[in-house]
Amino acid sequence: MKPLLKVDNLRIELTTRDGVAPVIDDLSLQLNAGETLSFVGESGCGKSMTALALMGLLPEGVGRVASGQILFDGEDLTQASDARMREIRGNEISMIFQEPMTSLNPVYTIGEQIAEVLRRHQNLSRQAAWNKAIELLDAVRIPNPGARVSDYPHQMSGGQRQRVMIAIALACEPKILIADEPTTALDVTVQAQIFDLLRDLGRELGTATILITHDMGAVADMAERMIVMYAGRKAEAGPVEQIIEHPRHPYTKGLISCVPHLMATLTEERPELTEVPGIVPSLRDFGRDQCLFASRCDRADDKCKTSRPPEIEFENEQSSACWQAEQLR
Amino acid sequence: MNLLLPFLQRIFYAAMLLVAVLILNFSMLHLAPGDIADTIAQASGGANTEMMAQIRNDYGLDQPFIVQLVQYVGKVLTFDLGYSFFYNQPVTTLIFEKLPATLLLVITAQILALVLGVFLGVFSARNPKGIVSYLVTFIALFGYAAPVFWTGILLLIAFSLKIQLFPVAGMIDVTIEGGWFVKALDIARHMVLPVLTLSSIFLALYSRLCRASMMEVLGSDYIRTAKAKGLSERQITYKHALKNSLSPVVTLAGLQFSAVVSGAVLVETVFSWPGLGTLALQSIIARDTPTILGILFFSALVVIVGNLITDLVLRLIDPRVGKSS
Repeated sequence: MKPLLKVDNLRIELTTRDGVAPVIDDLSLQLNAGETLSFVGESGCGKSMTALALMGLLPEGVGRVASGQILFDGEDLTQASDARMREIRGNEISMIFQEPMTSLNPVYTIGEQIAEVLRRHQNLSRQAAWNKAIELLDAVRIPNPGARVSDYPHQMSGGQRQRVMIAIALACEPKILIADEPTTALDVTVQAQIFDLLRDLGRELGTATILITHDMGAVADMAERMIVMYAGRKAEAGPVEQIIEHPRHPYTKGLISCVPHLMATLTEERPELTEVPGIVPSLRDFGRDQCLFASRCDRADDKCKTSRPPEIEFENEQSSACWQAEQLR
Repeated sequence: MNLLLPFLQRIFYAAMLLVAVLILNFSMLHLAPGDIADTIAQASGGANTEMMAQIRNDYGLDQPFIVQLVQYVGKVLTFDLGYSFFYNQPVTTLIFEKLPATLLLVITAQILALVLGVFLGVFSARNPKGIVSYLVTFIALFGYAAPVFWTGILLLIAFSLKIQLFPVAGMIDVTIEGGWFVKALDIARHMVLPVLTLSSIFLALYSRLCRASMMEVLGSDYIRTAKAKGLSERQITYKHALKNSLSPVVTLAGLQFSAVVSGAVLVETVFSWPGLGTLALQSIIARDTPTILGILFFSALVVIVGNLITDLVLRLIDPRVGKSS
């Protein structure tokens, strides 16, 4: 099957005061229609940057695609015109963001903000778009949608606003939905509801989802495949269950052992919670020819500090960029 | 309903405030030395004490202060602003005679400054390093720094004296003959320089404020959402960003309502514009207390009404205003 989205050797450069830094370095991935792929990693690893690149929304004048391809349905989005990207955005690829409290325009009703995207992409009349907006509010499980449609964002809670964002994103039944840490700013109880909603609607519409998160529990729950990013590079990729059971990169191992609630039963003896020591290297070190995780890795040797590990693929679709991937099990 | 109820309360407070302003104005003017008797005596080449007392008696100026105050406030509450000693006309008539000229000048200048200021602000916010952006900074600096009468005089020298494009003074050429259209055209010609002068202050304020608030809004999360919807640059700027960045500009424009009198005094004087500002200046020189008080009262009224209107407009722009408690 031809993948819906195919990213080849993508390199994104960010111009900073210290010069040009590759925030995404040689990233390749595939996304099939209807599947859920998860991006995992600490803050500053380039997850959001990848999402913005897919949307064609890299910060103007600062970030740019330096090389590589983003093939969406066979069309290279890195070469697409601004007008073409505007046709795709919100229609075929849409996105929801981390900050539901500020992501909606405070001076327009939520109905208008949903209807707007329908008028833009589906040429619906004002009335038809408004009616569809009510249907969409119902679909994202907002009670009494007929009345809430005229509400302003400040009259809604964070969870409800994120539901409205989901309604906007899914209004045109896009092929890809990018969810950039959609629940980070929400209550734990609301988080589960939002994930349920995303999963159900995604299945219903056949929308492929890219879920960016650092919640390993959500990944296990939602995604079929995952990509672990570290410092702008792909550390590990593969089917979710396999990676969680047998990570082949020390960084993935570290991330998993940070999570307390992945154990199956309460009676099972719990391993000690650990943390990954240190922090992500600064942007200016991103381009170096070495394993960028080496400074935080307890297995690192001289080789790790002098040359960048290649991506090693295993027969079970798992791949890892670690010199010691073979030994790690 | 819930839009109007707080307003009834506000209108009540506004009325109280007006009475306070009235008392304060009257008391302060009473404290100042000199009255209409001095002016009349001066004009008739001197007068003895008896004559002065006679004049003061005629105008009721020999009554105790508190009696005069109560009489005045009572009259104003029945919409009678008193009688001008100097012009021999009711003050209300005087004010309404001069008001249209001032309103024409101030409102035209305000609209010009608002439209141009918002446009320049939006444009330069979208291209913060472009030439227009530097132009806005320059206009703002000039508008803040240059005294308005000086700008006016410079414009007069340049465009009335050196290049005789526009008339030097007045509102209409008395010798002109023709229909209303010819007259309107002549008034428009007279208006150009005073309007430019007056709007230079407003333009400085608005363009700079609009630029700053627009830049802030353009970096906000909901603008990113609008981009993610695939909206055009134009829709993002004028629909999503502009409405949000207008609130501070509207607030400031509302505050400038006071300029109906204050800002216009200087400009009207420079261009001999027959409006309230000129009237205010002349009545101060003539120590024509009722007229001065009338104008002061009227400008207080304008400021208060202006604030109420501003409040209403802000509520229309941003649904969050006045709702949070």
